[in-house]
Amino acid sequence: MMLYRTLLILACWLFMSSAYSLDAREPLSDPKQQALYEQLTEEVRCLVCQNQTIGGSNAPLAADLRREIHEMVAAGQSEQEIKLFLTDRYGDFVLYKPRYGGPAALLWVAPGLLLIFGGFVMMRILRRRAAMPVNLDDEAESPESHDGTEN
Amino acid sequence: MNRFLVPIVGFAVLVLFLMIGLNRDPTFVPSPLIGKQVPAFNLPELSDPDKFVTDADLRGKFSVLNVWATWCSGCRQEHPVLNQIAAQGEVPIYGLNWKDDASLANEWLQRLGNPYTATAFDSEGRVAIDWGVYGAPETFLIAPDGTILYRHISPMTMEVWKSEFLARIASVSTP
Repeated sequence: MMLYRTLLILACWLFMSSAYSLDAREPLSDPKQQALYEQLTEEVRCLVCQNQTIGGSNAPLAADLRREIHEMVAAGQSEQEIKLFLTDRYGDFVLYKPRYGGPAALLWVAPGLLLIFGGFVMMRILRRRAAMPVNLDDEAESPESHDGTEN
Repeated sequence: MNRFLVPIVGFAVLVLFLMIGLNRDPTFVPSPLIGKQVPAFNLPELSDPDKFVTDADLRGKFSVLNVWATWCSGCRQEHPVLNQIAAQGEVPIYGLNWKDDASLANEWLQRLGNPYTATAFDSEGRVAIDWGVYGAPETFLIAPDGTILYRHISPMTMEVWKSEFLARIASVSTP
């Protein structure tokens, strides 16, 4: 039992590195640029396999986009410039984290609006309830009571 | 009646949204290039690498740019339709051969017929990125002034050609 478990862990460990070796490119000499490159590959959607980032996909288009981003980062372009390059061609959908603005603004504002609306409804219900006369005796005598006593 | 009104209306709105959502293709990505100018490019011609195909070739008349490759099964499927459209001779079709092998691509055109006025050979896929291509086949309609009017994703059919391409050409030509 112990042996199997050890072997299983070792087998998993063996494949761990392959998950991160999609990108065989030389790391950029500037660590800041390398960090930006790695960050962008995790934030850009692969449009061929839409639930993967381009960092996690081995689709040819993802490889092309990684190359393109790698070159732009190496050329000293900023995060904003690179994101603009991508959205100009592929639309906002290419970014996993949508920008604020345009139709996407509704997505950002909706939770707040719903909270305000819900709070408003709740307040109305609570006010109405507070305005109702509280009379426990009435309840027991009401024909709708389910306490089993028929009167 | 009144106390049921709010939940019923809420439910109806929900059903409406779900109905719209279910009928949409989740893999379809609208192109931000519609209404913009064609991206500039300069690529070697597939059959004759000494010649070049550029964005200038697409301007001056209504034209179509079709993104294809020999590894793409949808392209094989639409090829007879492209041949048919080319035979009608109304609109020239330009090819963008995407991340392909030049000898395989030339062989494909010899075997299946060549509907393309010229084919740009994009082996590295850089021009395809400028066009926002994310799959093949994709087909763009370009106005004489170089504006991209429409992009069709998935294989071309005669129905799509008439309803989306010819109809747009007719409506733009006679405003």
